[in-house]
Amino acid sequence: MAIDVRAMDRLAEGEVKGRSPWADARRRFFRNKAAVAGMVTLLLITALALFGDALAQWSNEEIDFTVMGQAAQLGQPSIANGHYFGTDDLGRDLYSRTLQGTRISLMVGIVGSLIAVVVGTLYGAVSGYVGGRTDQIMMRIVDILLAVPFMFVVILLLVMFGRSLFMLFFGIGLMSWLNMARIVRGQTLSLKHKEYVEAAQATGVPTFTIILRHVVPNLVGIVAVYATLLVPEMILIESFISFLGLGVQEPLTSLGALISEGARTIYYGTTWQLLWPLAFFIATLFSFFFVGDGLRDALDPKDR
Amino acid sequence: MFSFVVKRLAVAVPTLLLLIVISFLLMHAAPGGPFTQERALPPQVLANLEAKYGLDQPLWRQLVTYVWGIVAHFDFGPSFIYKDRTVNEIIAQGFPVTLTYGSVSFVVAVIVGITLGVAAAIRHNSWLDYLAVGISIGAQVLPNFVMAPLLLLTFTWWLGWLPGGGWEDGQWQYMVMPVIALSTSYMASIARLTRASMLEVLTSNHIRTARAKGLPERQVILRHALKPALLPVMSYLGPAFVAMITGSVVVDFFFSTGGIGRAFVDSALNRDYAVMLGITILVGALTILFNLVVDVLYGWIDPKIRY
Amino acid sequence: MAMLDIRDLTVRFDTPDGTVTAVNGVNLSLDRGETLGIVGESGSGKSQLAFAVMGLLAKNGRATGSVAFDGREILNAPPADINRVRATKIAMVFQDPMTSLNPYMRVSDQMAEVLIHHKGMSKSQALAECVRMLDAVKIPDAAGRVRLFPHEFSGGMRQRVMIAMSLLCRPELLIADEPTTALDVTVQAQIMTLLGDLRRDFGMATILITHDLGVVAGFCERVVVLYGGQIMEQSPTDPLFATPAHPYTRGLLGAIPRVDQEGEELSAIPGSPPNMTRAPKGCPFAPRCAHAGEDCLDHLDPLTEFAPGRWRACNRSVEELA
Repeated sequence: MAIDVRAMDRLAEGEVKGRSPWADARRRFFRNKAAVAGMVTLLLITALALFGDALAQWSNEEIDFTVMGQAAQLGQPSIANGHYFGTDDLGRDLYSRTLQGTRISLMVGIVGSLIAVVVGTLYGAVSGYVGGRTDQIMMRIVDILLAVPFMFVVILLLVMFGRSLFMLFFGIGLMSWLNMARIVRGQTLSLKHKEYVEAAQATGVPTFTIILRHVVPNLVGIVAVYATLLVPEMILIESFISFLGLGVQEPLTSLGALISEGARTIYYGTTWQLLWPLAFFIATLFSFFFVGDGLRDALDPKDR
Repeated sequence: MFSFVVKRLAVAVPTLLLLIVISFLLMHAAPGGPFTQERALPPQVLANLEAKYGLDQPLWRQLVTYVWGIVAHFDFGPSFIYKDRTVNEIIAQGFPVTLTYGSVSFVVAVIVGITLGVAAAIRHNSWLDYLAVGISIGAQVLPNFVMAPLLLLTFTWWLGWLPGGGWEDGQWQYMVMPVIALSTSYMASIARLTRASMLEVLTSNHIRTARAKGLPERQVILRHALKPALLPVMSYLGPAFVAMITGSVVVDFFFSTGGIGRAFVDSALNRDYAVMLGITILVGALTILFNLVVDVLYGWIDPKIRY
Repeated sequence: MAMLDIRDLTVRFDTPDGTVTAVNGVNLSLDRGETLGIVGESGSGKSQLAFAVMGLLAKNGRATGSVAFDGREILNAPPADINRVRATKIAMVFQDPMTSLNPYMRVSDQMAEVLIHHKGMSKSQALAECVRMLDAVKIPDAAGRVRLFPHEFSGGMRQRVMIAMSLLCRPELLIADEPTTALDVTVQAQIMTLLGDLRRDFGMATILITHDLGVVAGFCERVVVLYGGQIMEQSPTDPLFATPAHPYTRGLLGAIPRVDQEGEELSAIPGSPPNMTRAPKGCPFAPRCAHAGEDCLDHLDPLTEFAPGRWRACNRSVEELA
C-alpha cells in the first residue's frame, strides 16, 4: 500500500501525545481541588509551626503573671497583650504553645509514618519477593503482632519505661509498619512476575539488588499514598496517648495534650483553649486526608 | 467449614499464648518492681511482699505459674495494689459495662456506616452523596476524645437533656453519649469504605450483566452488589471492634461509666502490673476471637475461599 | 417494519480529558431473524453502540438519537420500561465470561432469578428450566453442576452458562459482544458453532460484535464496518469479502493471514485509531487512508447505496480505489 508523506504527517498530528505516568498523575492531582487546598493548608501550617515563633511575644514556657488566675477574664485572644490566641488557664501563651504542639504532632506523624515506610516496605518487599516458607512465617508474625492490642502495649511501655519522646516513637513505630508490610507484600507478589523482574533474575542480578532496584521503585506510588494517610493516623494515636497524659512531657506539648487540657478547662470559660488547638488539629488531619486521597486518585486511575 | 474453624483456632491459641508470654516478660524487664515507691520499704517487708506474690521465684517459674493460672483457672492472680482484690474481680466489675456500650457502639457504627455508604454510592454525585461524604470526612477528624467533651458541652451543659455521667446499669440516657462518642469516627470510616467499594463494584462487569437481565435496580444492588461491596469492609471490623474497647479509656474518663478503661488507667498510674497485664491479655484474646469470627464470615461470603 | 431501528444514534462520554464521541450518528436497522455483524477495531465504538441500545452505558455516557424496538422507543426510556425489554426481548452476551457472571452467587441462583422476575415462575420451576437451558448449550451433567459457583467452571463453560442465561426468556434479539475474544482458539470455534445452532433453533435475530472478520464470514448475513464511531461500509457478507468497497474494509481484509496464499505479505494499516476527544470533521479514517485527499479532512459523503443492498461512506468512487 502506497503511503504518501503528507498522510504520514497528518498521522503524527492525529496521534495522542505520549505522557509519562508521573506527569499524568501530577496533572490529575492538581486538578483535584480538595487535594490542592489540603496541600496549601498543610504548607501554611508547617510554615507557621516552623517559623511562627518569630512573631510570638511570649515563649511557650513563660507564665504571664498579669493574667494568671484570671485567664477566663483577661486571657482571651488579643493582639494588644501579645497573646494572639489567648492564654491557657495558667497564663501561658497559647499561640506559642499551639505552634510548639503542632511541631510535635507533625513530627510524631511524619516519623511514625517514616518508620512504617522504611520497615514496612523492606519487610513486605522481602516477604513477598522471597515467597514460600519465608513469606508464610513473616506474614504469620505480622498477623500475630496485629492481634496485639497495641494501644494498651504502648501505654504499658510508657508507664513502665518512663515517658519520653523516644519511647513514644518506639511504641508508635512498633505498630505503624504492620499494615504497610501487608500492603507492600501484596503489591510485590504481583510485581514479581513482571517481565523486567524475570529478566533481571535471568541475568543473575542478586536478589536483594532486584528488590531494591526493580521492586521498591515500583512500590513508590502505593507507599506514598498509604504513608500520607498514615500521618494523620499517627497524629491521632499520639493525641490519644497525650490525652491520657502519657505523651510528651511539659513544658513540651502536642496538639492532643492541648486539646485534652482545653477540654478539661472548658468549664472555666476559656473556650479558646480548646478551640485553637482543635482548629489546628482538625485542619492538619483534614489536609492530610485530602492530600492522601488526591494522591490515591492520581496514582491509581483504576479508582476513577 | 468445621475444619477451617479448627485450623484458625490452631493458629489463634499459640498467638494468644505468645501474647501472654511477651507481655509478661516485658513487664518483668521494666525497671523497678511494683513495690518500688518513693519511700523505700524496709527490706524485711519487701521480702515478705515479694514472697507473697511469688516474685522471689525464678522468672520461668513465675511465668509458668501465671500462664497456668490463666489457662487452667482463668485466674489472673491478685492485684499488686489493692491487697484484698484479685485482677479477676476488677475485670469482672468493669468489663460487662465496657462490653455493653462497646458492642452497642460497634453495631451502631456498622449499621449506620454501611447504610450511609451504600446510599451515597447509589446516589453518586447527588446531594445525598455529598452530605454523606461531608459527614464522614468531618467525623473522621473527630476522635472519641474530641467528641466526648463536645457532646458533654452540648447535651449536658447547654441543653441539659442528658445526665453528664454515670452508668446506672446501662439505662439509655446514660448510654447515648458514650455510644455516639465511640461510634462516630468508625461509622465515618465504614461509610467511606463502603461507598468506595460499592462504587467500584457498581462498575464491574457482573453488575452490568445483572442490569442486562432486566432486574430492577433495587434487586441489582441488594442481591448482586452488596456482598462484594462489603468484603473490604469486613477486614476493617476487627480493628474497629478493638477500638471500641480501647476507647473505653476515654469514655470512662468523661462519662464516669466505670468500665474497664477506668481500671486500666488507674492501674497504669498506680503501676499495678497485674491488672494492666490482665486487661491487655483479655483485650488481646477478644481481638483474636473477633478476627476469627471475621475470617469465618469472609469464607461464608466469598465462595472462592475454600475451607 | 424493521424489528430494531436505530436512527442517528450518537454516544458521548464526559471524561476529564473532554467529551469523547464514541458513536457518531449511526443509522441501522435489523429484521426479525436476521444476523448482523458489526466489525471494527477496538475503540471503534461497536460495544458502546450495543450498550446504548440496552441502556447500559456507563454513568458518564449520554446517548442521543432514536432506538426503536418493534416501533417502541427504548433509548433513554424509564428504567421500568427498559427492564421489561431486557432479557425478554433483547438479551446480551458479554465479552469476558470470567467477570461477567456474579462470582458470589451460585449459577442456579443467578439464572433462576431471571425467570422468577420476568416470568413469575416458582423457584423449582425456574430451576428445572435452567437445567434444560444448560443442557441446550451442551453443558455436560447440567443438573449436577447448576448449583456450582462460576469459578468452578472453565472459561468456555462459563461462556456457555452466560449464553444459556441470556436465552432463558427466549429473546427476539441476541446481542453477542465479542463472545469469544477472551477464550482459547479451539473453544472459540465451539462457541461460534453453538451460537449458530442456537440461532437456528430459537429463530432469533442476532447481532455479533467482533473485531475478527473471520468470525463474521461464517456467521452473518450482513456486515456493518464501523470506524471512529461511524459506519464506513454496510453490505451483505459475501460481496463485502469479494469486493470490499471502502479503503478501511480493504485494509482490514489485507490484515488477515490466509493459508491459501503462501508467501504473500500481510499488510497492516498504518497508524492507530483516532483520538475521539476531537471528533473529526471529515472522514475519521482519512489520516490513515492511502487514497485520502485534502477534501476528506473536511467532509465525508453520507452513506450511499452504490449497489443493491450495499452502502458505503467514502469521497472516492469505487473505480478510483481500484
